[in-house]
Amino acid sequence: MFENLSDRLHKVFKDLRGHGKLTDKNIQDALREVRMALLEADVNFKVVKEFVAAIGAKAVGREVKESLSPGQQVVKIVHDELISLLGGSTAGLELKGKTPAIIMMVGLQGSGKTTTCGKLAKLLKKQGRRPYLVPADVYRPAAIEQLHVLGRSIDVPVHPSQSDQDPVTICKNAVMVAANSDYDTLLIDTAGRLHIDEKLMGELGNIKAAVNPDEILFVADAMTGQDAVTVADKFNQDLAISGVVLSKMEGDARGGAALSIAKVAQRPIKFIGTGEDLDALEVFHPDRMASRILGMGDVLTLIEKAEEVVDKKQADKLAKKIRKSTFTLEDFLDQIQQIKKMGSLEQIMGMIPGLNRMKQMKDIPKPDEKELGKVEAIIRSMTSDERRKYQMINAGRRQRIAKGSGTTVQDVNKVIKSYSDMLKMMKKMKGKMGGGPGPALGGKKRRKKPKGLFR
Amino acid sequence: MLGWFKKKLKIGKKEEKKEEPVVPEIVQEETPVPEKKEEKIPAVEQKASIEKIKPVKPGSILHEDVGSLFNRLREKLGKTRSSFVSRVDELFMGKKKIDPELLDDLEEILITADLGVGTTQELIDAAREKVNRKELSDPQALKKVLKEKISDFLHSSDQPAELVMPDEGPFVIMVVGVNGVGKTTTIGKMAHKFVTSGQSVLLVAGDTFRAAAVDQLKIWGERIGVDVLSQQSGADPSAVVFDAMDHAGKKDVDVVIVDTAGRLHTKVNLMEELKKIKRVMSKKIKGAPHEIMLVIDSTTGQNGISQAKLFNEAVGITGLTLTKLDGTAKGGIVVNICREINIPIRFIGIGEQMNDLRDFDADEFTEALFAENSR
Repeated sequence: MFENLSDRLHKVFKDLRGHGKLTDKNIQDALREVRMALLEADVNFKVVKEFVAAIGAKAVGREVKESLSPGQQVVKIVHDELISLLGGSTAGLELKGKTPAIIMMVGLQGSGKTTTCGKLAKLLKKQGRRPYLVPADVYRPAAIEQLHVLGRSIDVPVHPSQSDQDPVTICKNAVMVAANSDYDTLLIDTAGRLHIDEKLMGELGNIKAAVNPDEILFVADAMTGQDAVTVADKFNQDLAISGVVLSKMEGDARGGAALSIAKVAQRPIKFIGTGEDLDALEVFHPDRMASRILGMGDVLTLIEKAEEVVDKKQADKLAKKIRKSTFTLEDFLDQIQQIKKMGSLEQIMGMIPGLNRMKQMKDIPKPDEKELGKVEAIIRSMTSDERRKYQMINAGRRQRIAKGSGTTVQDVNKVIKSYSDMLKMMKKMKGKMGGGPGPALGGKKRRKKPKGLFR
Repeated sequence: MLGWFKKKLKIGKKEEKKEEPVVPEIVQEETPVPEKKEEKIPAVEQKASIEKIKPVKPGSILHEDVGSLFNRLREKLGKTRSSFVSRVDELFMGKKKIDPELLDDLEEILITADLGVGTTQELIDAAREKVNRKELSDPQALKKVLKEKISDFLHSSDQPAELVMPDEGPFVIMVVGVNGVGKTTTIGKMAHKFVTSGQSVLLVAGDTFRAAAVDQLKIWGERIGVDVLSQQSGADPSAVVFDAMDHAGKKDVDVVIVDTAGRLHTKVNLMEELKKIKRVMSKKIKGAPHEIMLVIDSTTGQNGISQAKLFNEAVGITGLTLTKLDGTAKGGIVVNICREINIPIRFIGIGEQMNDLRDFDADEFTEALFAENSR
């Protein structure tokens, strides 16, 4: 749907040859594209305007580095500027000082406060703190119950609030309870409210005055549009928020709201929510967010994901196997499972720069997760002997496997074919790299590692 | 006041003069809820019961036209938003000619309303061309042109879908959307609407995933006095729906509203689950679900398009509801959605009370897009 910024700029600078300085004219053209990209990512209009002006001032007259095309140069400037706007480095919670430390969640309805509370409690618990959840949403039906359920699932105690109590009283009571027990971190879940609802905003002010929280986290939906500025500004003015949590980041929103909020509130974004799982809370990385807003893919996250899934030992073992040509169908199955663990294929593809757009192209066949499942089923229907020596799988066996896995013989053939192709490829690769400094390769030419794989 | 649904529920297509929709239908909602007993006059054959009720309705739910959405909103929000000065009018004041600056300002208004760069560009370019060709010189006329164009986008998808009121069995509505847009609340309000107009309603707690979602729906059910069919949390939503369809058939309810768990449109497996729920419905009740409603949060930015597209691809959306319009967000994203995919907007949500669900009115909505929210 959206083009990424580098492609757009590439078009602008296509005619520009040589490596002169960036002139006024081509800067202007480039800035228009930057502006469009930011607006499409839901960055607020006014923020974009200021931002683009600032970029322009920085870019004019700058020498184009030899290694970069003018387009890349502009992207780099924009990217750097975005990062510095988003807060430069990552920021964590500041809970030093008094016990119990108090964290208060605020935000609009449906932004994800309650879920974030649960996630944060889990995270804090992992860090060795003793969190105590305080439901103070007495308005939405079953909101208190929701926090109780979350608390139970992560084994964190929840304050027994009632929906007919006053939120301020609830919080005061909870602080007292915490002081008398050994909880050291209170997490207050307030009701979602509109920033223009003076009465409810006043209530938040009262809670703040009553318990004096260490952190007031403003929870915002990553899909928010232009209005993010208005909302964040009001919450910040009324409550002086200490940080921002951006929820629902696992979707395909560009998340320009992050920039708007960071700009208007001047507070760091501390966490992002990346799923409905209670583990799905991550530290915010400004650089990754910048890439995402510009639609440039997220290679770092992809690499991290891969690292998480692929166990180093297993990888070594696999490499050894490949070298010895003992890569069996069993290993093939392992590979498939690892890919599946990384998440949906589409999600993975979305993270690779450039592929972003290809995904949008309709006629390209999408990687089918069902297909992977089929392959899995087929391999699982083989005996262990068959998995080790695929040559023994004759027509009869193929029929049996097809029946066992609920597929057809053709499917089985396909799997065996692609596996044997893979074996052939590995043999070739082995011939090239495993054989040491062979004369054919001419001296000690090392295989270049892919960029970004080591940091 | 049931707007589009009312129409659907009318048995014959009689007297559908509705070409230009809804304007008079915004009604002050302080209307007395017809006692719930009414719905208990059961066992009347369904068609008959509806027809019986219908003539009563327009009278009983009095058109005490306490004005438009604006008034209602203004009332609700009190001083915080006391005046709706039209930003555009302000802009045009003292201007005799359309100059580039004016067009720039217009662009800002449209973009900040979340209309998106593409749509805005199209609107402004069209205007600019007209100005260049000297067809347009009066700023007031320009305003009119813009509004018409936006209304066009909205109206183009406003054609009532083919009426598929089932010959027998209940009218089934399935409500879908991403997390936290207000699906459950909308369902509560929608059910209230149906109940006030004399239909019997069954709510189905298809959100078995989120903690306490079932309880939330149950509380709504108690408030309005309708049955809620649920299983324990964690159950297979398709199974819940399966039972619900059975139940609805036996009990002869008029309307079944199915809640589903919020899900991001990019999650393939969750979208598959949604497809399955839909399949189960159509297996049990022919033609169900008769309405698949996507709920969109008006604070949503350009991602709304992606939401609408992917949900539409998965289950085929037949209607939109725009929630949380009582904030400062304009919900301009729906213009974009209507432009990309033809889906009519049924309702807007303007608050947390059960009366706070209104029929969508394209003209009024367009007017509000241009309005300034001065604090």
